[in-house]
Amino acid sequence: MRHILSILLENEAGALSRVAGLFSARAFNIESLTVAPTEDPTVSRMTLVTSGSDEIIEQIVKQLNKLIDVIKLIDLNEGAHIERELMLIKVMARDGGREEVKRMAEIFRGRIIDVTDTTYVIELTGTGEKLDAFIEALDKSLILEVVRTGVSGIARGTRALSLHIPSITRPAPPARTEAATAKPAPAPVNPDHLL
Amino acid sequence: MGKKLRGAEIFVQALKDEGVEYIFGYPGGAVLHIYDELFKQSAVKHILVRHEQGATHAADGYARATGKPGVVLVTSGPGATNCVTGIATAYMDSIPMVVFTGQVPTHLIGNDAFQEVDAVGITRPCVKHNFLVEDVKDLAATIKKAFYLATTGRPGPVVVDIPKDVTADSTEYYYPQNVEIRSYKPVTRGHPGQIRKAVQLLLSARRPMIYTGGGVVIDNAAAELAEFGHLLGFPITNTLMGLGAYPATDKQFVGMLGMHGTYEANMAMHHCDVLLAVGARFDDRVTGDLAKFCPEAKIIHVDIDPSSISKNVPVDVPIVGSAREVLREMIKVIKEAKFKPMSRKGDPWWKQIDEWASVDCLRYDRKSKVIKPQYVIEELYALTRGDAYITSDVGQHQMWAAQYYKFDQPRRWINSGGLGTMGFGLPAAMGVQLGFPKATVCCVTGEASLVMCIQELSTCLQYNLPIKIINLNNRYMGMVRQWQEFFYDRRYSHSYMDALPDFVKLAEAFGHVGMRVEKTSGVRDALKKALAMKNKLVLLDFITDQTENVYPMIAAGKGHHEMHLAPGSGTNRELA
Ligand SMILES: Cc1ncc(C[n+]2csc(CCOP(=O)(O)OP(=O)(O)O)c2C)c(N)n1
Repeated sequence: MRHILSILLENEAGALSRVAGLFSARAFNIESLTVAPTEDPTVSRMTLVTSGSDEIIEQIVKQLNKLIDVIKLIDLNEGAHIERELMLIKVMARDGGREEVKRMAEIFRGRIIDVTDTTYVIELTGTGEKLDAFIEALDKSLILEVVRTGVSGIARGTRALSLHIPSITRPAPPARTEAATAKPAPAPVNPDHLL
Repeated sequence: MGKKLRGAEIFVQALKDEGVEYIFGYPGGAVLHIYDELFKQSAVKHILVRHEQGATHAADGYARATGKPGVVLVTSGPGATNCVTGIATAYMDSIPMVVFTGQVPTHLIGNDAFQEVDAVGITRPCVKHNFLVEDVKDLAATIKKAFYLATTGRPGPVVVDIPKDVTADSTEYYYPQNVEIRSYKPVTRGHPGQIRKAVQLLLSARRPMIYTGGGVVIDNAAAELAEFGHLLGFPITNTLMGLGAYPATDKQFVGMLGMHGTYEANMAMHHCDVLLAVGARFDDRVTGDLAKFCPEAKIIHVDIDPSSISKNVPVDVPIVGSAREVLREMIKVIKEAKFKPMSRKGDPWWKQIDEWASVDCLRYDRKSKVIKPQYVIEELYALTRGDAYITSDVGQHQMWAAQYYKFDQPRRWINSGGLGTMGFGLPAAMGVQLGFPKATVCCVTGEASLVMCIQELSTCLQYNLPIKIINLNNRYMGMVRQWQEFFYDRRYSHSYMDALPDFVKLAEAFGHVGMRVEKTSGVRDALKKALAMKNKLVLLDFITDQTENVYPMIAAGKGHHEMHLAPGSGTNRELA
């Protein structure tokens, strides 16, 4: 199954390669990976999309937690969450085709952000699935370039992954992994802190 | 404001403050400022090896025997790359080690400067963590962090890469007593609920089995394991890495398990109904075919590293915690329950195990005139009264040492179990001997392994390390030959050790004593003579039976119950 892991990482040289190296060394799969600074300059946020059986995901989470540069992480799939990805796509848009492409972009709530005599650049955000569907809906021969950012995700409701809020809520892990989670279990969350 | 110190002075001062006794190293351009400071003091003793790989194995051996972290100092570039095998060796066996590598000055990093390698990048997959120190202000705190990480939680090697200019720059020195790493909080106390559950399961078992590994040695939990074992009366097996954690001469010990484990240990694994694993990691050399592993058992696994749990084998009761603390807690719970230990004589499970043991799987031809390697180890065991430190290399000799030397104490059996590094034995023995100058330290090796780090014989002379090298010389890479015999139709492709040196002359050329022993009748006397030379390194070259194989054996893809026994064992389990 596909999982989105949200990770707070020390903003240190080499932290990214530790994560990437872990995945290649242990033959884990990475579908996409994004890293960006956070409001705290010492911390980066990584969102990593991977897939595997429950056992493999459990190993991935444990191995990530073992990296010294990983401060905290959550598996967004353990609860309700939102995922978004941004895509910039450049397509041929000539003559009669121009209208067709424009209509398609509108249906998918995309925006045309660059126009030439022969091309459009369309900006589209949504789940990975939605972006796939848009590409699928276009005539392949018209696509010149596809640029995707990779997935970002966030939990719905009060669940949050942050250093300043001392805790996150998460559903009780399955019995098998109960005692096997290395980092100390978080204290109960105060929803007032989450705004 | 305190006095300012240069980076090199800070380095040496930090080692002193850390209580470092020995540093194993080899100089070069990038670390010359540091070497200059080492020259000016005598608190931290520098041991000059003859190859950086030797430095890492020596530090590793020192750490395994003493429990203190091993410390290494090498130069940039080739100095650092020569350490990689030793770092990986320590990593696989969770050995606390701090390796300092010199680096080119910060302004040259990335320029392909002379003797530049990306030491942090190269070692990343085989360290617990590593650091590049970019500013002298971070040097002391980074050294503290390195020792803290190396020695806590699941221990392991940590590399600190120090550019030359950092060792020249100055700052105020402050060595922190403690460090806080926000992302690193190893759990040592087991979950009380899980511990109760585990004990309940154990006490209800009819065919229990206790399997413990290197974690018990590393965590100094042997006393707890003995008490725990005696409270239960259950059979106990150790992994190759765990030997000595439970006394081999104890009635409940059924020998090592795994590929070359005893018949009784492996059969008991296969038939047990509750398995307790402590500080072991279900390595493939231990489990055999996973699909056939302990088919009837509920499994309890105690380990300090959560990622070891349910990695290879799904576990019913996982407990994250240190072996010592969890065993202590379990002991309390068992005492509360007033459990009557399983009877070693009367219990049907023990009867069954004794029946398996009666095949005498470690039997060999004791009448042979040609020296049997097993016999050499048995004599060594008898003459040292089981009280020596035994280091080893990799191959048949390693398995024979593990099978025939009965380790009653932890930290006496020093071998590269995880990475299987030939060349480990001799330098590791140097570290052990430095840690315990009065002890008898023997390196049981094979002629192929021994020559891999033979240059360290010079180091042994320089520091007067009276190691006894037991060379089981079968003129073959014996373990390779054994596999070729069994699985490649006796096509002995490149496993014959042609053009071997004269080991006696070789020992003498390095300033030591060499002795060759060619007959069984000469083994005991030669060993006696060598062991009596308290102040001399002696290389004993035993010309052993070339055809001898290690038994029992679980072949690849087989389960514990599918062991092969030696030819002539009178069973249908012979492999030949
Ligand atoms: C550095 C290294 N290279 C290769 C191997 C593969 N290997 C494992 S055992 C062995 C043969 C060892 O021969 P020897 O040291 O003579 O010991 P014996 O098996 O004969 O006792 C080899 C080549 C290894 N373990 N380590």
